[in-house]
Amino acid sequence: MTVPTGPSTPPERKPSGPHKTVPVRHPGRWAASGVILVLVAMLVNTLFFSGVVRGGVEEGRFQWPIVWKYLFVTPVLKGIVVTLELTVVAMVVGIVLGVVLAVMRLSPNRLLSGSAWIYIWFFRGTPVLVQLTFWYVGITYLYPTLTLGIPFGPAFYTVNANSLVTTFIAAALGLSLNEGAYMAEIVRAGIISVDEGQTEAAQSLGMRKSQTLRRIVIPQAMRIIIPPTGNETISMLKTTSLVIVIAGADLFAATQNISNANYQIVPLLLVASLWYLFFTSVLTIGQFYVERHYARGSSRALPPTPLQRLRQDLFRIRPQPVPAVVEPTWLPGRERAP
Amino acid sequence: MTVPMVEALQVRKSFGRLEVLKGIDLTVDPGEVLCLIGPSGSGKSTFLRCINHLEKIDGGELSVDGELVGYRRSGDKLYELRDREVCGKRAEIGMVFQRFNLFPHMSVLDNVTSGPVRVQKESSTTANERARHLLERVGLADKVAAYPNQLSGGQQQRVAIARALAMSPKLMLFDEPTSALDPELVGEVLDVMRGLAEDGMTMIVVTHEMGFAREVGDTMVFMDGGVVVESGDPKVVLTSPQHERTRAFLSKVL
Ligand SMILES: Nc1ncnc2c1ncn2[C@@H]1O[C@H](COP(=O)(O)OP(=O)(O)OP(=O)(O)O)[C@@H](O)[C@H]1O
Ligand SMILES: [Mg+2]
Repeated sequence: MTVPTGPSTPPERKPSGPHKTVPVRHPGRWAASGVILVLVAMLVNTLFFSGVVRGGVEEGRFQWPIVWKYLFVTPVLKGIVVTLELTVVAMVVGIVLGVVLAVMRLSPNRLLSGSAWIYIWFFRGTPVLVQLTFWYVGITYLYPTLTLGIPFGPAFYTVNANSLVTTFIAAALGLSLNEGAYMAEIVRAGIISVDEGQTEAAQSLGMRKSQTLRRIVIPQAMRIIIPPTGNETISMLKTTSLVIVIAGADLFAATQNISNANYQIVPLLLVASLWYLFFTSVLTIGQFYVERHYARGSSRALPPTPLQRLRQDLFRIRPQPVPAVVEPTWLPGRERAP
Repeated sequence: MTVPMVEALQVRKSFGRLEVLKGIDLTVDPGEVLCLIGPSGSGKSTFLRCINHLEKIDGGELSVDGELVGYRRSGDKLYELRDREVCGKRAEIGMVFQRFNLFPHMSVLDNVTSGPVRVQKESSTTANERARHLLERVGLADKVAAYPNQLSGGQQQRVAIARALAMSPKLMLFDEPTSALDPELVGEVLDVMRGLAEDGMTMIVVTHEMGFAREVGDTMVFMDGGVVVESGDPKVVLTSPQHERTRAFLSKVL
């Protein structure tokens, strides 16, 4: 833009009147939409309206009535409770452990950071399935009795490991300890993403290290920590199904038990899948709102909630008035934009 | 004789093998405004950080208000202070940074009250009241509920000053408080600092604003290569520097 020098007359410029605007056409999008519509129709048809002959009898391909019949039976509901309990316990313990390990890893003390490193190395380096089995079988094999007492000193209390390490405890232990290792890396990434100036400012106000971490660093690290933690939770909900190998009583084990008895294998797999999908969907929605909460004070605008988006979309359908007159960019009497 | 607010005797500080402070001698009296100038890398920030124990000194003696920084003297022994005690000392010294370092997840009001509430365990009602008062003083009474990213640089720095003042410090350290600001915003921050100086606050200001130093500063100290090269009345140092290095530096920045 040129700045006019001196009191010369402004150039004669006028907007050339109202225009009719023609939006760009997108033929590709229309074609793709058509293809997708056909595929959806096929999917709906095969899911709900197609039949198949099994053992000389024609029946619905997906046997939804059987799925429906088993969706809410007591063993399945009990399995769901176990699955949810395991998920909550493993994530809560995992997150607490992760924060502790992350802080240890960032400590200037070599012994602390070293031991955290070794923990993470070990638990990330072995499969969860092996760890689960190990907690259930290995512990009782290696330590038939567990003792509470002074190290290398007298014992106060001794129990049989078999009675203490139930399936649930073995499952919860295996999942939590493994999760702790992953959460440690997520939390550490969050903590180091916070500018060092923040710690400095907090310290110069006289805040203790623990206060600085809790009040200043962690709340800001949350923006980085939340999304992968949401993924971890969703992943954990599904990983709990591995406890079937140690005879865990979770959702998947419950459906498997039923189908072992009645041979309705596919319908019961569908029962399990529907429930897993339901809970992962709930978690996804929860994650959205938690992320929004921790986005306060960040430079980007908050994403709209689905409700807000719906309102926007409804609003946008109404024809928008095209501005009839365009403001001239050059205004006499003002040399520069403010 | 009054106790100096800051007294540095042969203060040394190294990072690994790099010796950054090579024996700093300097005294700041209560109510004095000391302007610290010097080329980049001369150790100005490091020295400020030593004063509130964000860095530990390796040699010499540094005391604030008559008490050693980081140590307690008992007989002829020096006992290192515990974390809790160090934090207590830091709470009495305000610090303002080049890049503001406001807490982005807190509103302006919460930024200002965070120190009094969390460190001095003040009730939030009294802290809020005082914070509003301070924000009014720095001209930001209407920004109480805003978040730092909604403010201009100059406004952010004024909030940072209010945040430091909320602790009722006996000493304020400014590390290039206007260097990250657009030129037209520098004035509003310097005005606040000028007001502070008039109210008798003891201040150490690292700055390149020679006009401010000349007008507000009681003393000017020129640092280079980790030592104090020259110090004196700002008007004298700026107009007739005694040392070649001071002259060379001033000719570049003026
Ligand atoms: N934490 C640290 N670790 C290692 N070296 C450091 C550290 N902090 C500062 N230094 C080094 O110490 C020297 C002095 O740094 P300092 O920040 O005190 O300089 P300054 O005078 O404030 O410079 P500027 O005007 O650029 O801010 C520089 O060479 C710097 O690289
Ligand atoms: Mg500096």
